[in-house]
Amino acid sequence: MASTTDTAPPGPAAPGAQAPPLPDDPAGLKVVPARHYARWAAAAAVVVLVAQFTHGLATNPVWEWDVFRDYVLSETIVQAVWVTLQLTAYATVLGFLLGTVLAFMRLSRSPVLQTVAWTYIWIFRSIPMIVQLVFWFNLSALYDRLGFGIPFGPVFWSVDSNSIIGTIGAAVIGLTLHQAAYAAEIVRGGVLAVDEGQLEAAAALGIPRLRQIRRIVLPQAMRAILPTAGNEIIGLLKGTSVVYVMSIGELFYQVQVIYGRNGRVIPLLLVATAWYVVLTSLLSVAQYYVERRYARGADRTPPPTPLQRARRFVRTLRAEAGRRHRPVVPFKPLGDIR
Amino acid sequence: MSDVMVDVRGVHKSFGPLEVLRGVDLRVRAGEVTVVLGPSGSGKSTLLRTINHLEKVNRGWISIDGELIGYRRSGNRLHELKEKDVLKQRTHIGFVFQNFNLFPHLTVLDNLVEAPVAALRRPRKEAVETARRLLARVGLADKADAYPRQLSGGQQQRVAIARALALEPKVLLFDEPTSALDPELVGEVLDVIKDLARTGTTMIVVTHEIGFAREVADTVVFMDGGVVVEQGPPSAVLDEPQHERTRAFLSKVL
Repeated sequence: MASTTDTAPPGPAAPGAQAPPLPDDPAGLKVVPARHYARWAAAAAVVVLVAQFTHGLATNPVWEWDVFRDYVLSETIVQAVWVTLQLTAYATVLGFLLGTVLAFMRLSRSPVLQTVAWTYIWIFRSIPMIVQLVFWFNLSALYDRLGFGIPFGPVFWSVDSNSIIGTIGAAVIGLTLHQAAYAAEIVRGGVLAVDEGQLEAAAALGIPRLRQIRRIVLPQAMRAILPTAGNEIIGLLKGTSVVYVMSIGELFYQVQVIYGRNGRVIPLLLVATAWYVVLTSLLSVAQYYVERRYARGADRTPPPTPLQRARRFVRTLRAEAGRRHRPVVPFKPLGDIR
Repeated sequence: MSDVMVDVRGVHKSFGPLEVLRGVDLRVRAGEVTVVLGPSGSGKSTLLRTINHLEKVNRGWISIDGELIGYRRSGNRLHELKEKDVLKQRTHIGFVFQNFNLFPHLTVLDNLVEAPVAALRRPRKEAVETARRLLARVGLADKADAYPRQLSGGQQQRVAIARALALEPKVLLFDEPTSALDPELVGEVLDVIKDLARTGTTMIVVTHEIGFAREVADTVVFMDGGVVVEQGPPSAVLDEPQHERTRAFLSKVL
């Protein structure tokens, strides 16, 4: 930059023009924000695409929204959703219970327990869920009677395996065993994430072993377990749809039955989609609050929930509006910007 | 009274090929304060951890108030105790860690209440009363409902001391209780320990605070290379050390 006079101010001057010296009062200068033309163009393009898609959703007759409306809250579908929820709930609770036991077996000092747990996880992670489900469906071919007795010895009591397990039972067992293998690794990861000093402190205080796990280790492990467990449960909710191979009346099976009958494939797939999205969203919200609960003590001041944030926002809006309605105390937004 | 509270005899401890303790003998009388000094790697912390059986010894034995720690003797045999029984023995031995190891997900009050309720089966109400009294004693009565991470390091260590006291132990072990603290917070923790010393609590303190040792200790023990090199009253060990290694160490830290 060539400056011809000594009085020229520091900093870039407009090309070809001689910039006047900087004024003493900085308020006399106007700040022009940078213009992001490329960013604006990209945003505009995306907005157009989204609008086009939304318009298509609303106007393309193939979606058949009237059929969607007829079925989405119909009794058959709601009942099927209920079956899906039951399958998810049972498999989650039982899967994580068994998974926790397996995790502590792998962490135990007994090589036998370690090996058994490792082998279980290895096998059940290796079998595709659908293959395993069909196996359970055909359990009676493998073991036609189940009973209690002395191992390798006499049996005191037994039943026909199909009569106690049934299709729903077989599905729950299949989902549970599959889930347990994954849950075991998630729980183990969480336990390993807890500082070893915590167990030492608990041991030094003479707290009984089971209580150390339940009261000291698991609540802290939950912080690491929950995000992945949330993934798993959501995956399981959607995973229940493979149970259709066993002709169980869960959501996806029922939807297929209906469109097999009336040929309205697209709107009925939309029905299933809508329900899965709603259920998954509910699970995500639940996950947020459960995570918050287990974060107690982790932050010096816990961050506000979205609800608290919304309330605070409404409160400030009201306060601002109130101030605007009272002209006696004029409302001034942050400083004087001209 | 010369009844021995803590008796350590010929204790050896190795971690793999590394021999950390090579025949340590130590006797602490009831009501006395013993300060263990020594360079890092000398085995001070390991010795302390063998006393409450956080580390098993390879040879030798340790007894507290006449009771063998970690073993049951019948004739010439030592039977290893089950974990349940070791845990019971530990309720007589308070341990204060360098890194506090408070339970971060429990409030300060629950940190103090947990062990008496879980290990000694005290009624919760009684445990809460004791806890509040102890918190007042370490000057933190108003922090009962705070979570540990909301406290300063010095406050956390004072809570940890109160937590150890909640079991009414026969002996208190301190593993470098001020080493993780900012310099300006060291004093408040040492003051609490001094106060305990005045009330006749039996204590073994591993520390680098020579001034504290001089002021509070009945016995100063100097360790190096996994053995006790020298022990005696602070005036003897700190001011007229007999061993070259003690002199070398003191000249570096004083």
